[in-house]
Amino acid sequence: MSETVASPRGIAALTEPRPVRIALILAALLFLGLFLLLPLAVVFTEALSKGLGSLLDTFAEPDAQAAIRLTLLVAAIAVPLNVAFGLAASWAIAKFDFRGRNLLITLIDLPFSVSPVVAGLIYVLIFGSQGLIGPFLQRHGIEIIFAVPGIVLATVFVTFPFVARELIPLMQDQGTTDEEAALTLGASPWRVFRTVTLPNIRWALLYGVLLCNARAMGEFGAVSVVSGRIRGLTNTMPLHVEILYNEYNYVAAFGIASLLALLALVTLAGKTFLEWRHADSLAGRGGH
Amino acid sequence: MTATLAPAGVAGLARDDLRARTDSLASGAVHHGGTAVRVEGIVKSYGGGGPAALEGVSLDIAPGELLALLGPSGSGKTTLLRVIAGLEIPDGGRVFFGRQDTTDIPVQRRGVGFVFQHYALFRHLTVFENIAYGLRSRERRRRPPEAEIRARVERLLDLVQLPTLARRYPGQLSGGQRQRVALARALAVEPSVLLLDEPFGALDAQVRKDLRRWLREIHRETGQTTIFVTHDQDEALELADRIAILNRGRIEQVGAPHEVQDNPASRFVMSFVGETARLAAEIREGQVWVDGRPVLAAEPGWPQGPVDLCLRPWDLSVGHGENALPGTVREWRRTGRGTVAEIHLDGAEAPVEVAVTDVYRPGDRVGLEASAARVFPRG
Repeated sequence: MSETVASPRGIAALTEPRPVRIALILAALLFLGLFLLLPLAVVFTEALSKGLGSLLDTFAEPDAQAAIRLTLLVAAIAVPLNVAFGLAASWAIAKFDFRGRNLLITLIDLPFSVSPVVAGLIYVLIFGSQGLIGPFLQRHGIEIIFAVPGIVLATVFVTFPFVARELIPLMQDQGTTDEEAALTLGASPWRVFRTVTLPNIRWALLYGVLLCNARAMGEFGAVSVVSGRIRGLTNTMPLHVEILYNEYNYVAAFGIASLLALLALVTLAGKTFLEWRHADSLAGRGGH
Repeated sequence: MTATLAPAGVAGLARDDLRARTDSLASGAVHHGGTAVRVEGIVKSYGGGGPAALEGVSLDIAPGELLALLGPSGSGKTTLLRVIAGLEIPDGGRVFFGRQDTTDIPVQRRGVGFVFQHYALFRHLTVFENIAYGLRSRERRRRPPEAEIRARVERLLDLVQLPTLARRYPGQLSGGQRQRVALARALAVEPSVLLLDEPFGALDAQVRKDLRRWLREIHRETGQTTIFVTHDQDEALELADRIAILNRGRIEQVGAPHEVQDNPASRFVMSFVGETARLAAEIREGQVWVDGRPVLAAEPGWPQGPVDLCLRPWDLSVGHGENALPGTVREWRRTGRGTVAEIHLDGAEAPVEVAVTDVYRPGDRVGLEASAARVFPRG
């Protein structure tokens, strides 16, 4: 509000009268408050409705701890895998010209356009006991569906565009001359990657990792299809929240939910900080 | 013990090397004869069935020479430079550094210094670390000790006249300063040849001029064999010891600036290294005829029959004799050195700027007499 009043000259070209502007801003704020801030506040107040003590009891419960551990484990596997994949894919797309490059870009976006439930079902159809290679896996005692590997697979699938999408436009924009310069100076390819390519993309990479991690920990749809929801074994935090909620255990449900919400807030803070501090070295946000 | 001594020994050698080079410079012995770089029959195409970027290019560069690769965009000059550097792999032909065949040696081990049009400085490193990058990239036993690196970087900062900017980042420098840092970075590895790809292309006119003079000085000071690419004929004429003029993947002519200017080997070279008026003409009976009018006595050795007559503006003057070529004034203006008229000769493709003494208005008809010309068989 104070900004619109303080800098009337800066928006002189915009002819909307002040009441219209105020109405628009209020509408946006109301919408944000109603659909974003209020639910967030509810999560935290519900979690604390029986006092801090019972909230802490929730986290002490073995099944809850198992869910937290599993979520951390899945993120710890899925995020590095997608960092490696994202780096490789964006390197290939940005620095080389090859047949099928556009197809690869489209494929990377696939998980964004496919419903997570469908993604989960795909893995059931491939690895499930009735699935394509399910019987083969069963004979060799390899469990994928209703076990941790399935959850990791589903999470990797759902989160794999995040890192690549951040890096591709940036690397395309930066081109290859920095790397060429380093090569002419005698640097080995590994040194070029470590001292030139990686520093050039580090903030965009961190940004991608943040988003990827938030999604990996929060994913519900795809994971719920492949997990089987065995308490203490294949329950991730989002799945555990749902189970607790269905059992009318609101304090515990909102307690775990508040952890996830906290993660979202930390991610948001990190993202905002990166955008503020390193705007010029993130993709599509200005030159260099 | 020997392990700790070895690097010092290597560094000592490097220092002696440098001193030897400086000594040879002091005695003026820059040209030792032989070749520093030789390319033979380089062929390179970019696929897609398009025209080849290079169609069999051969060229010798003498030690200590400053050679310009001059040509319009798409002539293959940058491709040739990148082939010499090892950044492009030719489809055919060989590259030699001295007597060594380097065609199959990867770019990291060729020991070239490459300066890019858009600087390509490492933006997360300081000016100092940018210049030190090549030395720090060496494998441990060839890497000079820290003190030696420091000394060498500081010497280079002095050479490029930026001694106070060591702690800055590239983002804090002007374009001209960045290109100086890029040059220092390339020189730091003591390259056998320095390659510059349109080094002043991204700079504005005044900075270009300053840097041109400065590069000439640096070259005189270091005696570094240098090849630079440009599409600016003034830059090539002013800077280079020799100029190689490329057109459509072929070398049209190699020679000293005055040679390519005074004795252009082809119509293309003629019109590329200076302003030219070109007219269809015919040579017979010892005269050059344009439009049924004898305009110039033919020199011995000029071909008979239909030719292209190429005229430099400074060989033209206003005159009204029967040899004068008719033309129309397009524009007349004062410059710092007198008055000039832009005159379009009848039958020429483009107007030329001729020094004049009288005042003209656009549309005036004038005659121009030629005191010299070059002819090329029409075809």
